[in-house]
Amino acid sequence: MSLLSPSRRRDSWRDRAIRLAGLATTPLLPDDYLDLFHPLRSGAPLRGRIVEVQPETRDAATLVIQPGGDWAGHVPGQYVRIGIDVDGVRQWRAYSLTHGPRPDGRISVTVKAVPDGMVSNHLVRRAKAGTLVHLEQAAGEFVLPTEGGKLLFVTAGSGITPVIGMLRNLYPVTDSGVVRLPRSEAYDIVVVHVAPTEPDSIFLDNLRELHDAGLIQLVARYDDQHGVLDVSELATLVPDLQDRTTFACGPGGLLDALGRHHDELGLSLFTEQFRLTTLVTGDGGEVSFTDSGVHVEADGTTPLLDVGESAGVLMPSGCRMGVCFGCVLPLREGVVRDLRDGRLTTAVEGDNVNIQTCINAAAGNCHLDV
Amino acid sequence: MTVLQKKTDDNPIAHLTDEDIETLGNELDAIRDEVLTTRGERDAAYIRKVIDARRKLELASRAVLLASGFPPAWVAGTVGLSVAKILDNMEIGHNIMHGQWDWMRDPKIHSTTWEWDNVSPSEQWKHSHNELHHTYTNVIGKDNDLGYGIMRVDEDQRWSPFYLGQPLWNFVNACIFEYGIAAYDLELRGAVKRGQFKDPDFRRRGKQVLTKIRKQITKDYIVHPLLSGPSAMSTLTANLTANLVRNLWTHSVIMCGHFPDGVETFTRRSIVGETRGEWYLRQMLGSANISGSKAMHLMTGNLSYQIEHHLFPDLPSNRYQEIAPKVEALFERYGLRYTTGPLPKQVASAWAKIIRLSFPNGFFDRKPGAKVSKLVRRNAGPARTAAAAA
Repeated sequence: MSLLSPSRRRDSWRDRAIRLAGLATTPLLPDDYLDLFHPLRSGAPLRGRIVEVQPETRDAATLVIQPGGDWAGHVPGQYVRIGIDVDGVRQWRAYSLTHGPRPDGRISVTVKAVPDGMVSNHLVRRAKAGTLVHLEQAAGEFVLPTEGGKLLFVTAGSGITPVIGMLRNLYPVTDSGVVRLPRSEAYDIVVVHVAPTEPDSIFLDNLRELHDAGLIQLVARYDDQHGVLDVSELATLVPDLQDRTTFACGPGGLLDALGRHHDELGLSLFTEQFRLTTLVTGDGGEVSFTDSGVHVEADGTTPLLDVGESAGVLMPSGCRMGVCFGCVLPLREGVVRDLRDGRLTTAVEGDNVNIQTCINAAAGNCHLDV
Repeated sequence: MTVLQKKTDDNPIAHLTDEDIETLGNELDAIRDEVLTTRGERDAAYIRKVIDARRKLELASRAVLLASGFPPAWVAGTVGLSVAKILDNMEIGHNIMHGQWDWMRDPKIHSTTWEWDNVSPSEQWKHSHNELHHTYTNVIGKDNDLGYGIMRVDEDQRWSPFYLGQPLWNFVNACIFEYGIAAYDLELRGAVKRGQFKDPDFRRRGKQVLTKIRKQITKDYIVHPLLSGPSAMSTLTANLTANLVRNLWTHSVIMCGHFPDGVETFTRRSIVGETRGEWYLRQMLGSANISGSKAMHLMTGNLSYQIEHHLFPDLPSNRYQEIAPKVEALFERYGLRYTTGPLPKQVASAWAKIIRLSFPNGFFDRKPGAKVSKLVRRNAGPARTAAAAA
């Protein structure tokens, strides 16, 4: 414990120094000036710089990112939320980390461009080395059990990404081949990987390499060759299914089917799905004012400001005509429609979207932080 | 239909029908829509570049001023710091606090978080400027920006001997403009008048202003001079000068926005039941532009496109010059006056008006009877006259 006190004192010296410097920089913070020269320093909001973009397939790429000084590391299988400016607008998305901790301190994510996916298409096709991105610390419970055991991974499409992070950590591949680590001997792994076609399959080469080295058993399934996977086939594809703990990552339909299947057989299942939130756009919806604990039904033509006020919520307000921005509130989640021009704004948790309540109406269920 | 339209004499919009005004509104909506559709990476890069350049300029200027005892360093540092402060207040602060860059979803460049290099706290400025001035533009009795409550800038404001001194008030206000704005945003005059010093809300806001003033003064007049060591006194005068330059410049630009000849004012009653088209029309008639070079537009925070700014206060400032030709064409098509002119001319026009209106209406009129006709008009109906008395 005695080690703690000097560091605490140093912190307070540091805080004091920052406060003192703040007297010279107000209303800006010393950080605002340091950001000009060293945005990745520790003490800064967590950011990263893209150092390399490696194409994986025709619609997927791996981004290697140098994270800022305060990156706290991750466990294979975890994901990271990345904020990147797409056409000038900050967008946040979660991606699996596709490596274990790397000696160079960098992190990597592999992104598959989904049709109409604004962010994924930007990252795969337009992102350039040198771009600054915003990060959150790694998170996620979908991680490799440390004690080893008999495991089954069922992955579909880009659902392979968290799994590849785990496998790369267990079985590092170097120029001279796959490294066999003592800590990896406790694992017996089968990977059932599903993709629409063979060329679309990300990380196929890596999976095959591990399979050929006898480290994992790969069962690759392509929709165009084998038809869409029916979960009841699993028992045939993996004869010792009963003995294995299943980890699955993929689209909701597959995970739901697996859930039912494993429930019936009494098998344990861990799943991961990124796009959890499906926003339904319509006319009006239920509006929740989260801090006030008020929930009301709103139609598609009444401004949210009026909806809140009629429900007794203390709403900030101003000009009531979209001019003054005095009514701006965080839209934690939901879809709203601008009553002036019909433009939609959507937000999911963590997107950091603020809206003018006086000219926006509910276009689906909404959660406002007020 | 507004009272504005009913007036028959000297009415700049007498020739427009309700349908005309509605069509005009739709055409302006289309211009706005075009900008929203194309708003993106280029615009984001622009504001980031301006913010970045301003910060580097301030750093460099402050560094040079550490040796301000050396006269060329004093001059260079003062010029740099003045420009940095002007950029901060105009192109950056004013526009970010308008919400022009909220769409980027960058919490660091957002109307709800931004604070500027000015003694008026952003929260109070946003209320008096965005909410009151931009909503009630040039409505006498509602838009306190008309003379800031201490000056008579329209014939329809009642004259009193107090206004004889307004050229002096205006000059003093120009020199200490940031404090004038702070007092104005705090609604200090109203509080003095009504003796509201014990009002908890006023006290809270008053404390906010005092804190901001203390921080600004500590920075410019204590910390940076002390850092300059032997050059302390000259750094202090440099900072004082930079603040003065910023005050005079911003005051001049802002005076040009609504005070020059050709700008219309409106009565409270004229905005009752105002349609979107009529609101647009009021912004068009109530604002004036400044013509000039690219650098001039940047230094005014594109408030040189005051008309475009008042029509679309939340569009990114770098887009105003792009849409200006379209807006001007609309003015022409609808037979309206697009008031604009070079800075010296507009400043002179605004000053001339302030001097002229420090005297009673008609004081400078040679023609006998002019005063009488004014009086008759005033009694005859809702008061609003174009500022063309002289």
